[in-house]
Amino acid sequence: MAERIREKLNILADAAKYDVSCSSGGGTRKNDNKGLGDSHSSGICHTYTEDGRCVSLLKILLTNHCIFDCAYCVSRKSNDIERAAFTVDEVVSLTMNFYRRNYIEGLFLSSGIFKNADFTMERLLRVVKKLRLEERFNGYIHLKTIPGASQELIMEAGLYADRMSINLEMPTQAGLKLLAPDKSHDDVIKPLGYVQKRIVQFKDEKKLIKSIPTFVPAGQSTQMVIGATPETDKDIMHTAAAFYKNFSLKRVYYSGYIPISNDSRMPILGSQPPLIRENRLYQTDWLMRFYGFDVNELLNDANPTLDIDMDPKLSWALRNLQLFPVDINVAAYKMIIRVPGIGVTSALKIVQARKFGRLRIDQLKKIGVAYNRAKHFIVCADTPYQLKDYQGTQIKSFIMAESQSKYLKSSTQQLILF
Amino acid sequence: MIYLIDGSLESLLCAVYEWFERKPGKILIQLKREHQPDAFAPVFEVSNDVKKADRVWKGLQQKLDRGWMRKSYCAFLSEIPEAYTSLFEFACYIFSNPTGAEANYGNPFVLSVDQTARKVEREKHRMEAFIRFQQTADGMYYCGIDPDFNVLPLIMQHFKNRYADQQWIIYDLKRHYGLFYDLNKVEEIHMDVVAIRTAYKPAEHLRSEKEALYATLWKDYFKSTNIQSRKNTKLHVQHVPKRYWKYLTEKQVL
Repeated sequence: MAERIREKLNILADAAKYDVSCSSGGGTRKNDNKGLGDSHSSGICHTYTEDGRCVSLLKILLTNHCIFDCAYCVSRKSNDIERAAFTVDEVVSLTMNFYRRNYIEGLFLSSGIFKNADFTMERLLRVVKKLRLEERFNGYIHLKTIPGASQELIMEAGLYADRMSINLEMPTQAGLKLLAPDKSHDDVIKPLGYVQKRIVQFKDEKKLIKSIPTFVPAGQSTQMVIGATPETDKDIMHTAAAFYKNFSLKRVYYSGYIPISNDSRMPILGSQPPLIRENRLYQTDWLMRFYGFDVNELLNDANPTLDIDMDPKLSWALRNLQLFPVDINVAAYKMIIRVPGIGVTSALKIVQARKFGRLRIDQLKKIGVAYNRAKHFIVCADTPYQLKDYQGTQIKSFIMAESQSKYLKSSTQQLILF
Repeated sequence: MIYLIDGSLESLLCAVYEWFERKPGKILIQLKREHQPDAFAPVFEVSNDVKKADRVWKGLQQKLDRGWMRKSYCAFLSEIPEAYTSLFEFACYIFSNPTGAEANYGNPFVLSVDQTARKVEREKHRMEAFIRFQQTADGMYYCGIDPDFNVLPLIMQHFKNRYADQQWIIYDLKRHYGLFYDLNKVEEIHMDVVAIRTAYKPAEHLRSEKEALYATLWKDYFKSTNIQSRKNTKLHVQHVPKRYWKYLTEKQVL
């Protein structure tokens, strides 16, 4: 019995690991029925795997049997792998016992599609209902919306889940058609749309009636596979920006494609996953969500790809040197967070602290500004007077010379002649 | 001038009170047990007085919002010697300036209280993440910890809300006290048995029979959710510093 569970867990956790969403924050469920679990507003990462990704949820598939044959997926029909399926009780007991030992924040349940979409969705729904109603579980539940499942099932699941997500898989319709001819972006857009509508509706009603139950309180997210098809960074981020805007998504995840098959349409087995590119995409995503950047400022027809050797904020600043230097002591907050080397926390401190007197270099350093990077773009109370105006390429070489990329073992920087 | 305090919050608050009463100019705060007498600096021993401490605490509450009161409390729990001086100077600065002075991050003591509080909050968050309960045969969930800072008062509410339907004990092995939840309320406990108060987990013969199974399942899960081709040990260690590995079930070889 124990052996069988171990085997299933190994197979179904292994199959689920390519779903990168790990967030466990944003839930509002309170433990008011003396049950188990209570949400934590910022989420908790209980451990990190050896590849450095956080583990906060028990991330498993209900089954890896699947009727689809998507080229990018390990669980595709034509792949010769071991198959397994959990029963509803097994998932519930695993979740409860892991949670009781403080291993996890909750459950991330996804599934291959067996028989049809409704049958699969109904099974997922049974797991969450049992957890919430019978076991009085108030931890975090992230549930996958199965594309093509009926609206009633999805709506009911939304009453018990904290977050629901559905994966775009490929950044463009053309890319998806190439690798998964049975699927289309419309299958994703429809359920995203009506869950979103229902979230808004519940929020409005909550203002009038306090006792309305919560509906997907932590919002929706989606995921795109990067590097399997030849889309540019511009295509990817414009798709992401559109989805953030149209469906108020909480997160878009970017997953560097890890070669898993000999399919000639995709990178060959053994090639490195595009980790730097993935990192740059996340940085761009952060700039859009927290730093007030518009996607067109970072990626446009003139600059369709992100620089590999520097982060998108620095490369934006070097393209727009006419906006700098920024005077830390008078500039607006909006402009201060755009300076490379200054983050949100430091910027907030700067605008508060400067009311008490003009800020100097040593104070900025203590506040936490990466001064060696920021100094090319700011002036403060005791900035030395400088006659020379440096070019973007010169500033870049100054910064590159004193920083070391975590991805490159040896520096490939050319020496400066003058 | 050196003010000697005994390390309690009360004595620190009294030091602020005494300073305002005497105004001796620049002073240093030191712990009584760490103080080494020297020939030149005069010493003043602060005696504890609940009334004085209360008055200072209430005064601070009037000038600071809840966020800053929590920051001050967190900085106090850090138990770092320099933090006592920073807190003292911070309190004096707040009292001698109009409301809103705490936003002056250019002031070294304001910044120091803020940064120390962040360290403590980070340790608190890590404890919420890295504590691993083990169930004993009588149904109790136990975990021993030795955090860098005294974070038990901060994590109490979190665990009480979350594990409302199970009995648990979290024991601070370094500071020799723990929290016990009996399904209704949390109590402070002290243990005398040396074997128990030095152990991160319950002894093997006391553990519930299911414990080994779930530990194995969790280790299996930890292994299968890793993607080998993305291996990044540096990042892994950065997120889970090695000093916490002793708590983590998934990091135990046996």
